[in-house]
Amino acid sequence: MSVLVYTENWEGKFKKLSYELVSYAAAMAEMLNTSLTALSIGEVDSAELESLGRFGASKIVSIENEKLKNLDNQAYTAVIADMAKKLGARVIILANNNTGKAVAPRLSVKLKAGVGAGVSRLPSSLEPFTVYKRVYSGNAYAHIVIKTEVRILTLAQNSFDIAEGDNKPEIEKLSYDLDPALVKTEVRDVNKQSGKLLLTDAEIVVSGGRGMRSPDNWAPIVELADLLGGATACSRPVSDEGWRPHEEHTGQTGKIIAPDLYIAVGISGATQHIAGVSASKCIVAINTDKDAPVFDVAKYGMVGDAMKVLPGLIEAVKNVKSA
Amino acid sequence: MKILVCISNVPDTTTRIRFTGSKKLDTAGIQWVINPWDELSLTRALELKDANPGLVESVTVAHVGPVSSEPTIRKALAIGADSAIRVNSDAHDAYFVAAQLAEVVKADNFDLILCGIESSDFNGSTVGGMLAEFLQYPSVSAVSGINIENGNLSLTREIDGGKELLSLAVPFVAIVQKGIAKEPRIAAMRGIMMARSKPIKLVEPVMTEPLTEIVSYEMPPEKEACRFIDADKPGELIDILQNVEKVI
Repeated sequence: MSVLVYTENWEGKFKKLSYELVSYAAAMAEMLNTSLTALSIGEVDSAELESLGRFGASKIVSIENEKLKNLDNQAYTAVIADMAKKLGARVIILANNNTGKAVAPRLSVKLKAGVGAGVSRLPSSLEPFTVYKRVYSGNAYAHIVIKTEVRILTLAQNSFDIAEGDNKPEIEKLSYDLDPALVKTEVRDVNKQSGKLLLTDAEIVVSGGRGMRSPDNWAPIVELADLLGGATACSRPVSDEGWRPHEEHTGQTGKIIAPDLYIAVGISGATQHIAGVSASKCIVAINTDKDAPVFDVAKYGMVGDAMKVLPGLIEAVKNVKSA
Repeated sequence: MKILVCISNVPDTTTRIRFTGSKKLDTAGIQWVINPWDELSLTRALELKDANPGLVESVTVAHVGPVSSEPTIRKALAIGADSAIRVNSDAHDAYFVAAQLAEVVKADNFDLILCGIESSDFNGSTVGGMLAEFLQYPSVSAVSGINIENGNLSLTREIDGGKELLSLAVPFVAIVQKGIAKEPRIAAMRGIMMARSKPIKLVEPVMTEPLTEIVSYEMPPEKEACRFIDADKPGELIDILQNVEKVI
């Protein structure tokens, strides 16, 4: 018996999300009184692999295989399922990101293991195994019982505190014999911006809505985000109008984010937008309309025109940053 | 090529969600709609059919749900689907739904199966992947583009910080997200009239034991009222964010 966590890497590196995932999985293993194994697929050096130990993984299994360079849902499912069987894993944990969403459901059918998708807490009970997750796009939460003996959980991002220690994990580099017939997808081209802070990773997000009135007015949004070391986002009408790229659209049908600080500027706060940001730790809203629904979810609000308020905020941030 | 679009019947996203007791959704006053991502999938499927009349034979929608979901299925037919299949059962959990859809695919040999990346009710993002594994078909997730070039399908997949272009042969399951179609297609009067005579095939469910069960719902925790800060005092807000909230 054990707990298995799949830790994705990005060009050979782990990120905050990985450490959050391992911290959660370690707490899960402790609840079950068992050990935690982390599985890494792809080229990751030993020092980086070892870093997972600090967050509670007692063993790291690293698989490098040229055929697994790109995500193929079927092939990755086969690898993770094999590892789970070998370890007798009772709980398998993945991130609730694109990769986790691609692999977890396939794994569920392959292992006949129930999925708790997007859980945000440790189980409230082990017998029956009861997990907690947001439903109705954040308008409610549900307690869900997973009835199978093996359970698969995907962890909602920024929902669990990272716990760092100083464990030295055992590292095993495994050569994996992959059936080449499993890989049916061919990646023909990749178009990727490296080095840019991803919206889903950002701890601070400054977001603009239609209240910004024109794409030409975006400079202060970008400046404020840069000053705070954050990313920029926007509401749906803004991306639909082509004022900002679609990747920035946060909301129910766009990106769902949970930064520490979300500053909504000129966003009225339609339920669809709120569904994408409601898990943020602190929401600040700036809007001309004091009755705008965004103030129902904001912790702090300022009533005023964005183009007048933003320069003052930028100045105030510069003051504290230089102090 | 036969396209199947799997659709879910969900409360309109602006609906106020309430429960009767802790286990049952209060359906009074709820407007039911096609799950937004499924609606976009359907739109893209119809665009592919319009642009490749010889190649794309038909677009069918499949739904697992009771008779009360028929208005939503009719809406999909009015938007332009050629036919529909309804598996006559409550949707017990994602595993159950995927098992039913797998039977639907096997019965009619669909080539391209489209599923929305999540449903706005249970936000699970699981049915599409489960369906593919039941069928032992390849699946691609986070698909934001599907194109047919010289009779071959190519997919755009969203990855962190960019996009990938993929190719693979049918049959497969594409799990689609925003970007797949610009805007959902709206039913025209002619479509609504035609939908009345389009067939909805009724299929009885196969025995499948659900793997999960929702035992109770609760409302999100009550939020404290917003604290308003004078717009002329930006320093005060920044001070709070730095020293009270400790987020900057």
